[in-house]
Amino acid sequence: MLSRTADHLYWMSRYIERAESLARLVDAHYRMSLLPHSVETLAKSLRSTMTALHMSEAYKERHETIEPRAVFEFVSLNRDYSGSIVSCLRSARENARAVRGSLTSELWETLNSTWLDARSLTARRSPSTDIGQFVEWVKERSHLTRGVTIGTMMRDEAFHFSRMGTFLERADSTARILTAHQSDLVPGAKAEEVPDPFEWSVLLRALSAFEIYRRVYRDVVTPFKVAQLLILRDDMPRSLLRCCKEVYQNLKSVANQQSSETERRAGEMHAMLHFTRMEEITAGGLPQFLEQFLARVRDLGERIATDFLLPPAEA
Amino acid sequence: MRLDDGASRAHYQRYARWLEGQPADRLAQKRAEADALFHRVGITFAVYGQEEGAERLIPFDIVPRVLPLSEWTQLESGLKQRVRALNAFIHDIYHDQQILKAGVIPAEQVLCNSQYRPEMQGVDVPGDIYAHIAGIDIVRDDAGEFRVLEDNLRVPSGVSYMLENRKMMMRLFPELFSGHRVAPVDHYPDVLLDNLRSVAPIGVADPTVVLLTAGAHNSAYFEHAFLAQQMGIELVEGQDLFVHDEAVFMRTTQGPQRVDVIYRRIDDDFLDPLVFRPDSMLGVPGLLTAYRAGHITIANAIGTGVADDKSIYPFVPEMIRFYLGQSPIIGNVHTWILRRKEDKDYVLAHLPELVVKEVHGAGGYGMLIGPAATKAEIDDFRRQIIAAPDRYIAQPTLALSTCPTFADLGLAPRHIDLRPFVLSGRDVTIVPGGLTRVALRDGSLIVNSSQGGGTKDTWVLEN
Repeated sequence: MLSRTADHLYWMSRYIERAESLARLVDAHYRMSLLPHSVETLAKSLRSTMTALHMSEAYKERHETIEPRAVFEFVSLNRDYSGSIVSCLRSARENARAVRGSLTSELWETLNSTWLDARSLTARRSPSTDIGQFVEWVKERSHLTRGVTIGTMMRDEAFHFSRMGTFLERADSTARILTAHQSDLVPGAKAEEVPDPFEWSVLLRALSAFEIYRRVYRDVVTPFKVAQLLILRDDMPRSLLRCCKEVYQNLKSVANQQSSETERRAGEMHAMLHFTRMEEITAGGLPQFLEQFLARVRDLGERIATDFLLPPAEA
Repeated sequence: MRLDDGASRAHYQRYARWLEGQPADRLAQKRAEADALFHRVGITFAVYGQEEGAERLIPFDIVPRVLPLSEWTQLESGLKQRVRALNAFIHDIYHDQQILKAGVIPAEQVLCNSQYRPEMQGVDVPGDIYAHIAGIDIVRDDAGEFRVLEDNLRVPSGVSYMLENRKMMMRLFPELFSGHRVAPVDHYPDVLLDNLRSVAPIGVADPTVVLLTAGAHNSAYFEHAFLAQQMGIELVEGQDLFVHDEAVFMRTTQGPQRVDVIYRRIDDDFLDPLVFRPDSMLGVPGLLTAYRAGHITIANAIGTGVADDKSIYPFVPEMIRFYLGQSPIIGNVHTWILRRKEDKDYVLAHLPELVVKEVHGAGGYGMLIGPAATKAEIDDFRRQIIAAPDRYIAQPTLALSTCPTFADLGLAPRHIDLRPFVLSGRDVTIVPGGLTRVALRDGSLIVNSSQGGGTKDTWVLEN
């Protein structure tokens, strides 16, 4: 397939996944804001999350203080900020439009109507636009997009590039959410030592991991187990291990003559997560681990771009 | 649709009965449904000169235009004849120029035309076909006769609307299709692909065909994407292609892949920055070298514009006689050529009743519609004509036939034309019908989508 087509498909999926990740974060914090608890805890969580997502600068240009309502609106509905949820939905749709011929009509229509609805929603936005409802809707549209992708697309290169985008973005997003909460994931901390149980619910809910945690551990929430679940569980759909496995497998399906080093690095990342243990990670320091992981995700993204998406004129 | 006495013409009778039985609110609801569907599917066109990324719907009218098979059959043979002659003309112009030597067309009219491409002189193309896809605009005159208003031989567009309009009608009013024998059109992409493959460079057994677009911001992008998808071929931009050793390749995730036929939807000027416009970012450097070497087919060929130019149009009936030895089945609209003195004098004396067109204009720009123009506009045009008569032709204001159309106040007659798409390759083929364009403003004669025109489904009724 055309390199440019692969590029658009890859970014289309990354943007939809990014919109969903942001929607999950807003959703988790929004629920938290409805509960009676310390305002400071919520602000702190928002602050560290925005820092981990590199959103603080852009936010500060528009607002002086971290005010939950303003943050939610900024992240969700701001059309002038390229990192907001609506902007991600627009970028996903623009990428899809550039290659609509390579998508099934069902997939194109799903992405197109998502954007049309988001646009009319933000155009006639009233002060009472329900953020909770909006992010819920974004999650549903993302679920739908993914379902339509899996349900209608041929299992060819187009599919694999799209899936690669999804999982690389998800790996990045999970690692950033963990980074935002790394201070609470101190090794050996007991549940009762954790400053605020709300933070756990934010973290776990943002990753659809709250119910899974209960099922897997049948135990109180401890930092160690949370980290283990979100980093090393192969059966946890948003864990780092799971994401790396999917990236590696999709990468293998599209391999070309020049991609062997990229494959090797993706495989190495997957093997490292597959065979390591939580104790090893904490021994080296969780922040250092996450930082290194994000750097490797970035490296992989760049290598995929040079190997497949922007190949030199004459090979 | 109706005769002078208000009765329905025979082939409309069944439809008229159905229409009378439809409650107004159902039709209004169906119109709204059509709009919503077109938006969701993204059947839009970009509007130049408006906010970037602005996309608009081309208004769709739910009343079809109906042609009986007998009329269509005659039209079809006339169109095939005309396009054969036009292809013969282009081949001749770029080879021996017999028609010029015979004095049928003044040589300077052709050779000094900005659309004449000296780069094409002596270049052989497969099957001697130049205009592989032709959109011929047809109107009816006062006597009810079909006449050709314009030939479009460069990158004619609109066929996707022909296909989507049919799909929409079948979705909105399935009951109509069980009661009428409407000739199908949805095999057009198959016929087009087959046609493109049939003109591949000689010796290529299994040609790779691609569609070259200017990109997602082009006004006809929807159509480009739609046709590429329907044919199952790659939709490429200039940046996806490159030329190596006089052959064209596309950049794919698995390395370079050879391309044999380019169905291009960008103008000649942008095709190859090394030969034509050097600032073009849309084209492929070196494309013309590969083309002249016969390693790639470009459809339509480079240089077809010399045959659809308004200054050449008046000579098409002569071409039919010259190349085919036949008399034209469909005539032209009477045309005054203002470079001829007696024509110019007549036109200047009758401006308020004529349509004056700039010979190189396209898209309904640069024209004067006498009956609708103000005195100041007419005076302004008169000065322009006197200053450069060569640049203009004039035609009578046709009582373009009308067809009932939904307007703000219900059904009302509106002017229409018809663009059938004629495919030339191994053979000449036309899917029955074409794109009916309709002028939505009362009394307006301009059907171009960029000037407020809409479209209708077009039915050829089988017996």
